[in-house]
Amino acid sequence: MTLNSHNSATTFENADIMITQRKKLSYRHAFMLVLKRDLTIAMRHRDDIINPLLFFVIVITLFPLGIGPEAQTLSRIAPGIIWVAALLATLLSLDRLFKSDHHDGSLEQMLLSPHPIFVLVLAKIFAHWLITGLPLIFIAPLLAVLLHLNEQSYGALMLTLLLGTPVLSLLGAIGVALTVGIKKGGVLLSLLVLPLYIPVLIFATSAIDTAALGLPYSGQLAIIAALFFGSLTLAPFAVGAALKVSTN
Amino acid sequence: MTSLAKKTSSESTSEQTTAQRPALISANKLICIREERLLFDDLSFSIHAGEIVQVEGPNGSGKTSLLRILSGLSQPYDGQVFFKEQIISRCREEFQQNLLYFGHLAGVKGEMTAQENLNFNLALHGNNTNNSSDYLAVVNLLGFEDSLASHLSAGQHRRIALARLYQSQAPIWILDEPFTAIDKQGVASLEQLFIEHTKRGGCVILTTHQDLITIDNKKVKKITLDYHSDDCLHDYQEKKCDNRDLDDMRNNKQ
Repeated sequence: MTLNSHNSATTFENADIMITQRKKLSYRHAFMLVLKRDLTIAMRHRDDIINPLLFFVIVITLFPLGIGPEAQTLSRIAPGIIWVAALLATLLSLDRLFKSDHHDGSLEQMLLSPHPIFVLVLAKIFAHWLITGLPLIFIAPLLAVLLHLNEQSYGALMLTLLLGTPVLSLLGAIGVALTVGIKKGGVLLSLLVLPLYIPVLIFATSAIDTAALGLPYSGQLAIIAALFFGSLTLAPFAVGAALKVSTN
Repeated sequence: MTSLAKKTSSESTSEQTTAQRPALISANKLICIREERLLFDDLSFSIHAGEIVQVEGPNGSGKTSLLRILSGLSQPYDGQVFFKEQIISRCREEFQQNLLYFGHLAGVKGEMTAQENLNFNLALHGNNTNNSSDYLAVVNLLGFEDSLASHLSAGQHRRIALARLYQSQAPIWILDEPFTAIDKQGVASLEQLFIEHTKRGGCVILTTHQDLITIDNKKVKKITLDYHSDDCLHDYQEKKCDNRDLDDMRNNKQ
């Protein structure tokens, strides 16, 4: 690299070209890139999809065995059981959201990419929901039959799960981002995240109970929807900031 | 806990022209404290287009910390890093478009194939993914494109990540131990790449414990991080629990 003065002048011009000639990057492109990658990884690592789902199924099938087959008792506690099981199944799967990326260095690369962090984070959370939240929604009505859930409550169950499980993924991601740098962050994660899940649990079960009585439950649903949109817009920024702190 | 950081620079490029050119990246009075130890203090330097800079120092002297601070991943205790006379946190997007950071951890996913890993890494940093299989061939991974990265060796893992260098348009390369687990031939080809990159108007900041083979060491600018030897043992014991250092030691064994 011995450069005479003439050469170094041209070098500098080159450097200027190198710096300025960059294209604008699209959010959609970045989102799809990360989403596709996370889904590919999940498809090749199926335990990640099966584990939370199996946990969900086992927990719910254990209740009729433990409590007894009386339809009345079971249908009374069914909304609570399904929602608590969904909560714990999500919690079980949260760790994977950023931990493996943190261990192999790809998280650093994402933080250093020119794309805004919230887009990449949102894509990761969406992938997480597709992998863990969506299967729960599909299997929940089958398990509800097992618990003698009131016939009128099925609609409410599906709607609350559809609006509520993304909230679980979004809020959970904040907790994971904060604990990703800690060796044994599992206990801390549940302490951080479970209290944030309580509003979703309360309003979701309340909506299902109200539906069982044949009353309108749009109020509870509206609150869950508000929680969903609130966390959808704010959580990715919180996660981005938390990841920066965790990797510092 | 006295610590001393000093900078020595060999006169590779004539000082006159260096002074006229604005620095690509510069550090102003950086202070780094880790685990209540002062790693470096009052460290200032600037790096221009066309320079190769080697950060030197024993294990635990703060080389990785310095590179992470320069890349914006970590915050210094005090001091600033400038990219073209702007503080990097103020021009994050522009800086990161012009930065390529390669850390201890390669950022390669075991569940994806070599090709998928490279394509993702390129696209994530806004690079073109056309002809990306050619770059795998350049790093001797021809025939491994469709193998899952988890089935490849440690060196091949790092080669997947390093393949990105051949396509990168970013002028600032910050490379933390790029030669770890890479064979001699690979090291020589990387060094050639560094020379080409600096000729194109980029700069390379790297740490390595080996001497550079094909690049004349006198032409490499050096930043030496140093500390008192009685801190060494203490430092080593403190860092022993740190997983990253264990990984590092494992890599060095291989």
